[in-house]
Amino acid sequence: MSTSVLGSLRPVFRAIASVVVPEADRFDDAAWGELESLVEESLATRPAALLRQIRLLLRVIEWLPVLRFGRRFSSLDAPTRTQVLAGLQNSRIDRLRVGFWGLRTLVMLGYYGRPAGGESIGYKPSARGWEALG
Amino acid sequence: MKDVAYDIVIIGSGAGGGTVAQELAPMCSDGVRIAVLEKGPRLRDSDFSGREVDMAQVLYEDGGGFLTADGSMTLAMGRGYGGSTIVYTGTSIAAPERVIRNWNVSGLSFDEVQRRTNKFIDENNVHLLPEDEINENNQLFVKGCRRLGYRVEQFPVNVKGCLGSSLCNLGCPNQAKQGTHRVQLPNAERGGVEVITRCEVLRLDGRNVVARVDGRAAGGVGEPSPWAPGEYRIQAKVIVVCGGAVNSPALLLRSNLQASLPRLGHGFTCHPALILVGEHNKPITNFVGHPKSYYLDQFVQSDGFILETCMYFPFTTAKSLSGFGEDHAAFMRVFPNLQMILLLACDHVEPDNRIAIDRQGRPVVHYRFTPEVKRSLTQGTITAAKIFFAAGARRVHVPAASNPTVTSDYADSVDQIVDETYFRPGSVTVSAAHLQGGCGMGLTVADSVTDSHGRVHGVPWLFVADASLFPDSIEINPYLTIMALADRVAQHIRQEARTLLGGGVTHA
Repeated sequence: MSTSVLGSLRPVFRAIASVVVPEADRFDDAAWGELESLVEESLATRPAALLRQIRLLLRVIEWLPVLRFGRRFSSLDAPTRTQVLAGLQNSRIDRLRVGFWGLRTLVMLGYYGRPAGGESIGYKPSARGWEALG
Repeated sequence: MKDVAYDIVIIGSGAGGGTVAQELAPMCSDGVRIAVLEKGPRLRDSDFSGREVDMAQVLYEDGGGFLTADGSMTLAMGRGYGGSTIVYTGTSIAAPERVIRNWNVSGLSFDEVQRRTNKFIDENNVHLLPEDEINENNQLFVKGCRRLGYRVEQFPVNVKGCLGSSLCNLGCPNQAKQGTHRVQLPNAERGGVEVITRCEVLRLDGRNVVARVDGRAAGGVGEPSPWAPGEYRIQAKVIVVCGGAVNSPALLLRSNLQASLPRLGHGFTCHPALILVGEHNKPITNFVGHPKSYYLDQFVQSDGFILETCMYFPFTTAKSLSGFGEDHAAFMRVFPNLQMILLLACDHVEPDNRIAIDRQGRPVVHYRFTPEVKRSLTQGTITAAKIFFAAGARRVHVPAASNPTVTSDYADSVDQIVDETYFRPGSVTVSAAHLQGGCGMGLTVADSVTDSHGRVHGVPWLFVADASLFPDSIEINPYLTIMALADRVAQHIRQEARTLLGGGVTHA
């Protein structure tokens, strides 16, 4: 049995991630793999109920736009995807808002948690601290 | 299940457990057997990689993402040999006199807390950093505060040989921070105390501690446990619970003590915190140098908040900024230009904020923001924004607003821009460290879980020695006060050793 949380929901997760962090839109498969493995590792020890909620939310985000736009989330253009996610972020329903906050946090963990994510924004820490500044 | 026996078992190795271990260690020379059981691993010096996600997975519960029951806040709880003292910034503040007086714990005086605090100020090398080691992120905070006429103060810190890696919250890669992992636990081990890492306590069964040793390496780093993997029943004459304000009450709840202790889990409080960001026109020294050198506490009594300098890592910063997409990324792209301020709200005990457990016995933290906390976070955000602008920031991110980006053109309007209604679950990233209460001290079971010596009411052999003892908010960074109280608990155990342990043991 697969322990992957994202599994078959990778396409919608990547579509969401590309809106949350625009730079992710330029990712190749290797970079996506790195991002997703950080997400999977961070979820590995979390309760099964939380993992079910994440998968459910990904499905909701994928299919909810069909009601309004006639297309699944992963088939929408970038501005419309942004509109959908902004709706979740500002939802009057606590659970939707909190759920999206959690998903957004996972994307940011995957993107900025990679060493390359930090380097891309000029974050270059050194254990040597002041000495490393030269 | 394997059976072992000790005279004293200490559960947890942070500011509380590490201190108790050191203070009881002299009893080992009289043949008293003492063990510290620590859930997390003991890391080798080379294991402190400074990589944010990797270190967080190893050193924090749930990788730092432990959520309150309604998902409105994450709680930071350290684990490992040294507990949360591995991952704090070493900021060392003594409890204010008014706080200890307001706690109103019979038998606990401010003078005594201060005397014991001073002991650890000496022992853990607490001092002020010299001016030439203060980075621009901290200097700008001082500049902004002084321009506004605020009384900014420098944090004493407990470092020795700090190189300024700024990685304190991921564990110091240079072993400069003088937490219990560097001072008290090594002293305890030299005195004969055994420290069993990767050992999670499941429950207390009378005076038996039921625990499980994990053979897996958390995150693939750290030393293996000195005990073989498996379940253990550890017989003890005295048990001292030092698992922190979430895990200590949860352990006692799992051990079915709630029937005789109606206050167990109640009285939980913390410092809900926001990480606030201001952007300057040019890079500043921010991720080099000690991250937390100054604080502003002049608003703590009037508005219930403290501001502290801080510098966090890319993921922590990203999740703390509201929103997503281009506006969010625009702040992240100028990371070297960012100044950061940590806003801490000083929450107080509320009837509904408490620790419980779920069906599996895992801790559940019920916590809701009170109107007072929302006001504190709002006023604190406004004050921080003014400090950023006074320090020369070109724009500031205020998370609780319809448009979180405020440029300097609108600096005078920040009071109108910050919107209290955004402090609701899922809208703003609020994290809390400094978790307190749940096993509060007091006089009787009607108002507390323990007496002023940390002894659990009605259970003479069971003690608590950590931040869960606090009957209300400490309103400052708590570790020195935890150590002072743990020192007091340990002294009481030594004084009562003959009764508690039997035989000829005396160690007052």
